[in-house]
Amino acid sequence: MSPVRRIPLVSATNRVLLVLFAGLVLLFGTVIGTPLFRLGTLRAMALQVPQLGLLSLAMMIALLSGGLDLSIIAVADFSALVSAFLLTNIPADPGGLGILLQVLCLLAGLLVAATIGAINGVIIAYLDVSPILTTLGTMTMIKGLSVGLTHGGVISGFPPLVLFLGNANLLGVPVPLVILLLVAWPVAVMLNRSPFGNLIAMIGSNIAAVRYSGVDTRWVLIRIYVLSGLLAGLAGIIMMARFNSANAAYGESFLLVTVLAAVLGGVDPSGGFGKVSGLLIALAILQLISTGFNLLGLSEFLTLTIWGVTLVSIAGLGVLRQRLPSRRRAISPGQTSSGPISPRAER
Amino acid sequence: MRSTTSPGMFLGAFRRTHEFRLLIATVGLIAILSVSSRRFLTLQNGLDLLTSYAFSGMLAAGLLVVLVSGGIDISFTAIASVAQYVALVAVMHLHGGWLMLFAIGLGIGTALGMLNAVLISTLRISSIIVSIAMLNVYFGLLMFLSHGNQLFNMPDWFLNAFSWVLWTDSEQNPYVLNAQIIGLFVCFALSWLLLNRTSIGRQIYALGGNAEAAARVGYNAWRLNLVVYGYMGFIAGLASLAQAQLAQSVAPNVLVGRELNVLAAVVLGGASLTGGQGTVLGAILGVAVLACMENGLILLGVSSYWTQFFDGAVILVAVSTIAWERRRQRAAMRRVIAAPAGAAVARQG
Amino acid sequence: MSAFLELRGISKRFGGVRALDNVDVTVEVGEIHCLAGENGSGKSTLIKIISGVQPPEPGGHLAVLGEALHGLTPAESIRRGIQVIYQDLSLFTNLTVAENIAAGLHRGLHLVSWRAIRRTADAAIRRIGVDLDPDAFVADLPIAQRQLVAICRALAADARLVIMDEPTASLTRREVDSLLALAHELRQRGIAVMFVSHRLDEVLEIADRVTVLRNGEKVGTYEAADMTGRRLGELMTGKSFDYTARDAREVAGETVLAVRNLSRAGDYSDISFTVGAGETLGVIGRLGSGRTELALSLFGMNPPDAGEVAIRGRTLTRHDTAEAIGHGIAYVSEDRLTLGLVMQQPISSNITLAVLEDLAGRNGLVPDRRRQQAVTHWIEELGIKVSDPENAVGTLSGGNQQRVVLAKWLATEPSLLILDSPTVGVDIGAKDGIYAIVRALAAKGLAVILISDEVPEVFYHTDRILIMREGRLTGEFLPSRSSEAEVRQAVDA
Repeated sequence: MSPVRRIPLVSATNRVLLVLFAGLVLLFGTVIGTPLFRLGTLRAMALQVPQLGLLSLAMMIALLSGGLDLSIIAVADFSALVSAFLLTNIPADPGGLGILLQVLCLLAGLLVAATIGAINGVIIAYLDVSPILTTLGTMTMIKGLSVGLTHGGVISGFPPLVLFLGNANLLGVPVPLVILLLVAWPVAVMLNRSPFGNLIAMIGSNIAAVRYSGVDTRWVLIRIYVLSGLLAGLAGIIMMARFNSANAAYGESFLLVTVLAAVLGGVDPSGGFGKVSGLLIALAILQLISTGFNLLGLSEFLTLTIWGVTLVSIAGLGVLRQRLPSRRRAISPGQTSSGPISPRAER
Repeated sequence: MRSTTSPGMFLGAFRRTHEFRLLIATVGLIAILSVSSRRFLTLQNGLDLLTSYAFSGMLAAGLLVVLVSGGIDISFTAIASVAQYVALVAVMHLHGGWLMLFAIGLGIGTALGMLNAVLISTLRISSIIVSIAMLNVYFGLLMFLSHGNQLFNMPDWFLNAFSWVLWTDSEQNPYVLNAQIIGLFVCFALSWLLLNRTSIGRQIYALGGNAEAAARVGYNAWRLNLVVYGYMGFIAGLASLAQAQLAQSVAPNVLVGRELNVLAAVVLGGASLTGGQGTVLGAILGVAVLACMENGLILLGVSSYWTQFFDGAVILVAVSTIAWERRRQRAAMRRVIAAPAGAAVARQG
Repeated sequence: MSAFLELRGISKRFGGVRALDNVDVTVEVGEIHCLAGENGSGKSTLIKIISGVQPPEPGGHLAVLGEALHGLTPAESIRRGIQVIYQDLSLFTNLTVAENIAAGLHRGLHLVSWRAIRRTADAAIRRIGVDLDPDAFVADLPIAQRQLVAICRALAADARLVIMDEPTASLTRREVDSLLALAHELRQRGIAVMFVSHRLDEVLEIADRVTVLRNGEKVGTYEAADMTGRRLGELMTGKSFDYTARDAREVAGETVLAVRNLSRAGDYSDISFTVGAGETLGVIGRLGSGRTELALSLFGMNPPDAGEVAIRGRTLTRHDTAEAIGHGIAYVSEDRLTLGLVMQQPISSNITLAVLEDLAGRNGLVPDRRRQQAVTHWIEELGIKVSDPENAVGTLSGGNQQRVVLAKWLATEPSLLILDSPTVGVDIGAKDGIYAIVRALAAKGLAVILISDEVPEVFYHTDRILIMREGRLTGEFLPSRSSEAEVRQAVDA
C-alpha cells in the first residue's frame, strides 16, 4: 500500500486527445503542406480560438457541477452591449482619465454578466429549478432584452484600448489568446486545488452527499453560475473587441459548440469530471479541423459535421472503454445507482 | 389516504395540476387580449395564429413524447431541414408525386430519429449530447451538400394543396383551412393516441418514470427509444413539409436555431426533463400561451423586438412555479412517507 | 407437496469474486420459504438469477414445476409465474395505482384498454382484500401502501412464487403483521412466498422452511419450527455471538450534548436526553420512528419546531449544518450510497470533503502536500485498505467505505459523533472493525450516539440505550442491567 501517489503527467483522456491532435496535424500537414504552418494561418487560428475558448470554459464550469449554462451567449452579447453602450457614450479623453473610464465601462459589462450569473444561481439553488430550464429562460430573456433595447442593431466605434484587446499582438501572440491563457490558467488551478474547485466536481457527482457533509451547496451553486457568467461576459468583450462592434446575435452558433468542445475535452456531461487542459486541447483540435478544411476549400459546414462525428466517436469510445470489465477506476453514475459495487469485491 | 371515489374527484385532481393553472393563465390571457384588442379574438386571427405556430406546435407534439420517455432531443430542427430539402429536391428532379414526397420526407425524418436512438442506446451517451452532436452532423451535411441553395419553383400541386376556403365574409376575406392547421391537429392527435391509447405509450411513461423498474417489468428500453426518437423524426418530417408549403420555398438554414423555443413551449406545458411527466394538453397550452402572448403584444402595439424578452420571462416564471409546486408536494409527502427514498437503496445486499 | 422451483448447483462469479458457489434451493408449491443471509452472502445474486436478470455459470440447473429452463430472461421468468418485489419496490410513482398493478398488460403494440387495466387492478386489490384507491398516484402513497401495490402487481401477473426482498425494513410492527397475514393467505391459495432478508426473526413464526446463505455458499435448509433467531444469526455469520454487554462504567466526562424538549411536527416530539464525553449512547427505533429525523435535527439539516439543543452548554440558535459542525457535531448518514459518500469521486476527495476550507493555505488553495498528508494520516489511522487514494470510493468494500465516511468526519475534530445505522451493507467481519473504531473513539473522550434498528448492535456496543417509537423516547436501558430480550420487547411493544 503506497498512499503517496504518482500523478501521471498526462491523463488518459488528454493522451487520447493529444494523439488525435498529432494525427490531425500529420494528416492536414501532408494534405495541405506548408500553408497550414504559415504564420498567418497560425495567427488566424490564435485569433479565432479565444472567444470559443472562454465560452467553453464558462460552459465547462456549469457542466462540471452537473448542470448546463445555456445563457452564456446571451450573457456575452448583453454584457458586450452594455460595455459598448457606455464606451460610446463617455466623453472622449485621450489621457489617463479616459483609459480609466474605458476600463470602468468594460468592468461594468462584467458586473452585469456576473449579476445575471447570480440570478441563474439563485433560481437553481433556492428554487430548485433544473439548470437547463433556468438558463433556457434567462437565455431567452436576456437575448430578448438585448434585441429589445438595440432593435437588433449594432453598436460600434470603440477607443483604441478596446481595439488593442481584440486585435493587437504581445510578443507576436494575439492579445485575445493571451487573455484566454491568462484566464484558463487560474481557472485550472482553482478547479484543481481550491476548495471551491473541489466542491464543483463533488457537487457534480452527488450534490446530496456534499450537502450532508455540511457544505453550503446553495452558495457554491451561486458562485458556479457567477463564475460562468463572468467568463461569458469576458468572452463577450473579446468578441466586441475583435469585431469592433457589439450585437445581440453575435456568436449564437457557438452555444452548442461549447458543449461539444467541453465534452470532447473530457468533461463528463453528467458532471464531476473534467480538466481545463483537456478542454484546451479539444479547442485546438476543433480549430485545426476548421482551419484545415478551410484551407482545403471545404465548406465550413462540413466542419460542423466532422465536429459532431468526432464528439460522438470520442464520447462513445469513452463509454465503451468504461464498460470493459477490467478497468474500474471511475464509476459511471449509472453503475452506482443500479448495482452497488459488490461489497466483497475489494478483498 | 383518500380512498373514496367521488364524482367531483376527477375535477378535484385536475384542479391541482399544472395544466389547470396553465389553462387558467391561457384563458385569462385570451380574455385580457380580447378586451384590449378587438382584432385578437377573431376567427381570422385565430386561423392565422394556428397557421404560423403550426410548425412549432407540431414539433412540440413530438418533443413531448421524447421528454416523457426521460430523454431530450434538439436535433429535430436539423432533421426537419434535411427531410424537407431532400424530399422536395427529389420530387422536383424526379417529377414525383405525393407518395414520393411523403415517403421520402417522413422516411428520412424517421430514419434520422432512429439513428439518434441507436446512438443513445448502444453508446449510452446522454441524449442531450447525442442530439447536440447529431444536430451539427445533419445540419452541416445538409449545408455542405446543398451549398446553402434555396429551393424555389416547387410544383403547384404541392404549393396549393390542402387548402379549403371555409367561407368568405362580406368583405371578401376568405377563411382558409390549410395544411398547416390540419397537420397541427394531426400531430397532437397522434401524440395523444400514442401516449394515452397504446401500450407503447404507457410503457414510455413508465420508462420515463423509473427506467430500472421498467426493465424489471420486462419493457424493452432499446425498442422504446427507437419508437420515441423515430416518432420525433417522423413528426419533424411531417412538420417540415407543412412548413415548406407555408414558406413556399425551402431554405436549408431557416429552421435550425428554433429547437430551444420548442423545448421551452413543451416545458412550459409541464413536461419534466427528468421524464415521466407531461401531457398533450399541457404541450398544447404551452404553445398556446406563448403564441397568444406574442401575438397579443404585437396587437397591443409593443414592438416585436421585445417578444423574446417576454417569452423568456414567461418561461422563467413557469419553470420556477413548477419547481416550487413540486417541492411543496415533496415536503408534504415527507410527512406521509416514513422512509427516505434513498435509505431503501442502501440496504440492498 | 411438489417442488415449484428447483435450483441445483447454481454458481455465479463476478470477475474474480465468487458471489454464489454451487447452491441448491428448492421452493415447494405454496410454501413460505425464507432466504437468510448477511449482506454480501449472495442473496441478491440468487434473486437476480431466479428472475432472469443474470445467467448462472454453466452447469447450474434451474427448473420450474419440473421443467428445466435454459437461458432464462426476465420476461420468461415472469411468464413462469415468478414475481420479485424488490426492496425499492420498482414502482412507477408517476402513474396511478391501477396502472402500476396492470403494468404486465402492456406487451407489444396494441391499444390500451383502460377498462381492462381497471379490471385487473380491482381484481388484484380485491384478492388481497386491502383498501387501495386505484386512481391514486403512487407518488402520493406512504411506503406501506406502496408495498401493497407491488404485491398486487405480482398477483395480477399470476404469480406462483412471490419473492420479497427485505420486505419488512421500512414497515412498522403493525404493518409487518398485516404483511405476514397476507403471506399466510397467499400460501393457502397455493402461491409460494420467499422472504429474503438478513433479519428474519419476525417472519420465522409463519415460515415453513429457512435456507441460510453465507459467503455465497449454502449453509443448509432448515425447518422453521426448529429455528430460533439466535441460532439463525449464528448460521448466517458462522460464529456464535460472544459479545457481552458492557459493564456499567462511570462515564465521568462532562455533558457534551443536552437535548431538552425537542419537537418537530410530524417527525418527533418532546425529546430530552444528554450524552457525556466518552459515552456511547444507543438509540433503537424502527425506520420511521423519527430516529433519523432527530439525528438530522441535531446535525442542522432538519430544524426543530421547539426545544433546545446545547453542546457543552452552548445553545444552538441557527440550526444549520455550519453551526452544528462548528460546535463539533458530525453525522454519519444511514444512506452511505447517496448521502454519505460521493461514490464516483476519489477516496482522497471524500476524506477531505468536510475540511477543505481548513486545509486551504493563505492563498486560498489547498497545498497538495497538506492534502496528501491528511489523506494518508486518516487512511493509516483508520486502517482503510486502499491501493490508491485517487481511486473512486465506490471501488472499496462496504466496510472500507464506512471508514472513509468516518475519516471525513473525524477530520473535522468533532466532539459528538452521530452514527446512523453505521453497519448497513457492511460484512460481519468488517462490522467488528467499525465497532472497534467507535470504541476507541469513545475511549478518547468522544461522545457517540449510535442509532440503529438492530437490537444486538446497540445492546452490545453502547453504554446506555434509548428506545424511540413513533417520534417519542419510550424507554431507557442499561445493557449491563437488562437483557437483549427485554430491550427487543420494548422496541416491538
